[in-house]
Amino acid sequence: MSSDVSSLVTLAQTEPVFPEIQWAALSPTLIVLGAATLGILVEAFVPRRARYATQLVLSVLALAAAFSAVIVLAVGDYGTSEALIAGAGAIAVDGPALFLQGVLALVALVSVFLFAERRLDPAEHGRPVDSFAAQPAALPGGPAEQQAVRAGWMTTDVFPLLLFATGGMMIFPAANDLLVLFIALEVLSLPLYMLCALARRRRLLSQEAAVKYFLLGAFASAFLLFGIALLYGYAGSLGYARIAAVIGGTPPELDPALAATMGNDALLLIGGAMVLMGLLFKVGAVPFHMWTPDVYQGAPTPVTGFMAAATKVAAFGALLRLLYVVLPGLRWDWEPVLWGVAILSMVAGAVIAITQTDVKRLLAYSSIAHSGFILAGVIAVSPDGVSSALFYLAAYSFVTLGAFAVVTLVRDPQGEATHLSKWAGLGRRSPLLAGVFALFLLAFAGIPLTSGFAGKFAVFRAAADAGAMGLVVVGVAASAIAAFFYVRVIVLMFFSDPQPGGPSVVIPSPLTVSVVGLAAVVTLVLGIAPQYFLDLAGQAGVFVQQAAATAR
Amino acid sequence: MESLIGGLVAAPLLGAAVLLTGGRRLDRSGHWLGTALAGLSFVFAAVLFFDMLGKDAEERTLTSHLFSWVPVEGFQADVAFQLDQLSMTFVLLVTSVGSLIHLYSVGYMAHDERRRRFFGYLNLFMGAMLLLVLADNYLLLYVGWEGVGLASFLLIGFWQHKPSAATAAKKAFIVNRVGDVGLAIAIFLMFTTFGSFAFSAVLDEQVAAGAGQATLTGIGLMLLLAACGKSAQVPLQSWLGDAMEGPTPVSALIHAATMVTAGVYLVVRSADIFNLTPDAQLVVTIVGAASLLFGAFVACAKDDIKKSLAGSTMSQIGYMMLAAGLGPIGYVFAIMHLVTHGFFKAGLFLGAGSVMHAMNDEVDMRRYGALRRHMPVTFVTFGLAYLAIIGFPGLSGFFSKDEIIYAAFAKGGTQGWILGGVTLLGAALTAYYMTRMMLLTFFGEKRWQPDAAGREPHPHEAPRVMTIPMIVLAVGSVGAGAYFSLGERFAHWLEPVTGLGHEEAPLSHGMVSLAATAVMLIGVAGAWAQYGRRPVPLVAPAGRWVTRAARRDLLQDDFNHAVLVRPGNYLTRGLVYVDHKLVDGVVNGTAAAFGGLSGRLRRVQNGFARSYAVSMFGGAAVLVAATLLMRAV
Repeated sequence: MSSDVSSLVTLAQTEPVFPEIQWAALSPTLIVLGAATLGILVEAFVPRRARYATQLVLSVLALAAAFSAVIVLAVGDYGTSEALIAGAGAIAVDGPALFLQGVLALVALVSVFLFAERRLDPAEHGRPVDSFAAQPAALPGGPAEQQAVRAGWMTTDVFPLLLFATGGMMIFPAANDLLVLFIALEVLSLPLYMLCALARRRRLLSQEAAVKYFLLGAFASAFLLFGIALLYGYAGSLGYARIAAVIGGTPPELDPALAATMGNDALLLIGGAMVLMGLLFKVGAVPFHMWTPDVYQGAPTPVTGFMAAATKVAAFGALLRLLYVVLPGLRWDWEPVLWGVAILSMVAGAVIAITQTDVKRLLAYSSIAHSGFILAGVIAVSPDGVSSALFYLAAYSFVTLGAFAVVTLVRDPQGEATHLSKWAGLGRRSPLLAGVFALFLLAFAGIPLTSGFAGKFAVFRAAADAGAMGLVVVGVAASAIAAFFYVRVIVLMFFSDPQPGGPSVVIPSPLTVSVVGLAAVVTLVLGIAPQYFLDLAGQAGVFVQQAAATAR
Repeated sequence: MESLIGGLVAAPLLGAAVLLTGGRRLDRSGHWLGTALAGLSFVFAAVLFFDMLGKDAEERTLTSHLFSWVPVEGFQADVAFQLDQLSMTFVLLVTSVGSLIHLYSVGYMAHDERRRRFFGYLNLFMGAMLLLVLADNYLLLYVGWEGVGLASFLLIGFWQHKPSAATAAKKAFIVNRVGDVGLAIAIFLMFTTFGSFAFSAVLDEQVAAGAGQATLTGIGLMLLLAACGKSAQVPLQSWLGDAMEGPTPVSALIHAATMVTAGVYLVVRSADIFNLTPDAQLVVTIVGAASLLFGAFVACAKDDIKKSLAGSTMSQIGYMMLAAGLGPIGYVFAIMHLVTHGFFKAGLFLGAGSVMHAMNDEVDMRRYGALRRHMPVTFVTFGLAYLAIIGFPGLSGFFSKDEIIYAAFAKGGTQGWILGGVTLLGAALTAYYMTRMMLLTFFGEKRWQPDAAGREPHPHEAPRVMTIPMIVLAVGSVGAGAYFSLGERFAHWLEPVTGLGHEEAPLSHGMVSLAATAVMLIGVAGAWAQYGRRPVPLVAPAGRWVTRAARRDLLQDDFNHAVLVRPGNYLTRGLVYVDHKLVDGVVNGTAAAFGGLSGRLRRVQNGFARSYAVSMFGGAAVLVAATLLMRAV
């Protein structure tokens, strides 16, 4: 009996469906993720000596290319008239997405400079060292670590990790599907957990921070995932447009398997709140903020700067899209809740910051307060609200990067001197550096002629126009409280006597200098002539939405 | 021609800028530079004047628009000049007398090491005053007004090492601020009422008549308040006497050419407003009359030659104010008296400076005496100015003052008689105190005393650079009045700007002149009886209460102290108390409360991941509950 091979196969009845991928529209993200993958290969195949340079060049080129791609897309009107949903409904390419992706690419590019800085610590065993542990897997202080230090090993993996995180962040605000949102969240979070653990100095603190971040992040992810499941149960789909359509009362067709749960408002409300919570965790809003100070303090300062600037941008982008595209029908439900979160964040962030004694923790609480300010713009639910939040994010991310870059420069023999008492009299010893830091602090405080003022003004005006006067009053009061501790640092730097044996300011390489300089320039330009950028954010303020009929 | 107006103002301002920023290398030549630029300004003025004479009376106004200063929708302010007959008169007075005083100062300040700076300030003073009288709108006028205030502050306090000079400068500045506020309010009122502050828009009978009577009176009174500050009229007169702490040329400049004349200018310039508000006009005459007598009384009692002259200035400005308050009949004569007064008062001050120069800076007239032999030029020029100010027939003061007295009588009714009487009484007092000054200084016995360092005075004539200005001014004192009055030249000159009124007085011109001459002779005789016939005691006798009060400036400072300074101090102290206890208490309390809250809240951040997770869980629970609750509600 001859076996009939053909009986083992059967012909498909229909042509396979290949999703159409808009490669060009997705190019910024693809470039970054591709470079990250390439970076892993570099780790594997390029000799140890050449890795640093290769990774640096690769990262810089990738991020610059991604930024250029964003610009090209924006010039091609993908942000406005040509906006589309790419990747079979997974990713939106529209104004907010492009704006935030551009900001993210720039922030990451600048962060690469901070990551690559190798002149802060004196060379060990004749080799320059950076901020990251020589052999992160080794026991802190153990013989393996010492061996690695002596051998002059470098953890050049940080560059691909940064690229992966950036890639995730760039998808996060563009995700048009809850599953894509979740994956993006994990792609951006996991590298960050690892980066947090890599500090060369104070490794135990660094590892503790990483573990805490990971545990709490996983906890928050669980909430998010559970919320996604509930929303699926409610709408029978994970697509943004479909969920919005169900909420709006116009479901295309009913899924018989989900007939029992679909349209159940309890699922919607609980699920929505949980997804919201997952995003608020990333944003660092009260009461989901408690990881922020510990992680900001423990992580290597370049990582803190990157994380503080970029995560907030990405997470607020995702939050904006979720609220404006998926849940606009629930506006009257989430608005009061976010009111509460915004007020709590502004007040708690500002108040607790008053008694902080560590620069990095101080900036962490300040970032919590700033989350509250941005939420005020989010709550406005108006074109002005979106554009003001976008502008605020761009302004804030550069100020934050600059501030943390300055923190890396003030050092004593134990590494960075982050205790505030050591900053006394810094203005006399290094007037330029202290002056730039004062500029950043003034921007945080929202003093006119800095980007912070323009951002805060835009956000509060949008909130006031939308009728959220109470929020604005609380916001201004919180700004007043916050001004106290910002100015206190300035007073400390310029009007106190220097401590004997205080820290010294190292002369960094052009890498860090360019970061601080760029941040200062952006802070001033956005402060003195904000209108162009406000207009830009205004043009970028329209989300793309799939027509309900085609939504799956 | 128009561009010359800009140069007129720019020359002294340029001098000020160069001298004040040029540094030490200008120390040796700076005073000549300053004087030359002042003179240049005078040359410009003269050219413009002769050009103006060549035109018809109605076409003499020149305007020059330099640039738009505040080009805002609905608020147009220009830097533009307007040169008409009134401005021209002031420009000539300011530049001519100013230049002479510059020249005089070259000698007077020869030994002062900060001479360059002094000339810078003098230039600034002149430039500001020119800006004031040439501005074509009230806002630019205000700039000049403040500039004059600043320059006077700097010059009165020029010898700042003396606490009395520093205090006097501060006093002048602060009292002037009160007036400045008046001017500012007047400008605000104009802008809200007329929508502009340009002379061309505001100073028009038709436009002004459109505003309510109360508004016009308000503007008029605020302008008067401003004028009182600059012109040292009651009730803002108290700074004038103390301002004598400045170097004598400064006193001459303030009293003759700049500063105190600014108030009269303001009132006459705003004639179109005052003409429509008889109430404000009446207040102007009352202020003028009160100042006239106030100043004269003070001048009678002072032994300090400069302070006596200061009182005299206040009194003479009072004449001008009174005349300006009379309306069109008085404007011309107010300005005419201002010009003649500019000559003889400058002459008197320069003469006084010359005497002080000769007497080791002694200012007490009781320590002078018999100086006519030692200082013949000073004696003659001072004497001519003296004859002019007391209204000796034929000299300048006679013509201008008689016209004011006549105009006062022409006011009519009881007011006319009262005002006429006051002006006549003032004339008598003027004759008295000036004769007293003359007798104490140049006649009688030598009563010279060694100065604080024990040096005996050796009086001598001043150098040529000082006497020449005195001689020129003396010529003006003698001839200006007659020249102006011949054929009512001055009246016709100013008429297109200020108008000219004719009223019949109950007394004829001749009668008024006769009466004025008579009271003048009475005043001279009184002074002669008291100081000419018998020896003068070196220390002033105690005197009666009137004399004592007059020596204390009629208690002006005591009054100000009791009414303004002390309540102000109490108010300040009260406010400071409230600030410390209440405001600071609230602020510090709030800060402490937040600090405490912060200290408590930060304990929540205990470092345990499990606590954080609980907080997150609680937060999530609240979030979900709140969302559900919102729906339920």
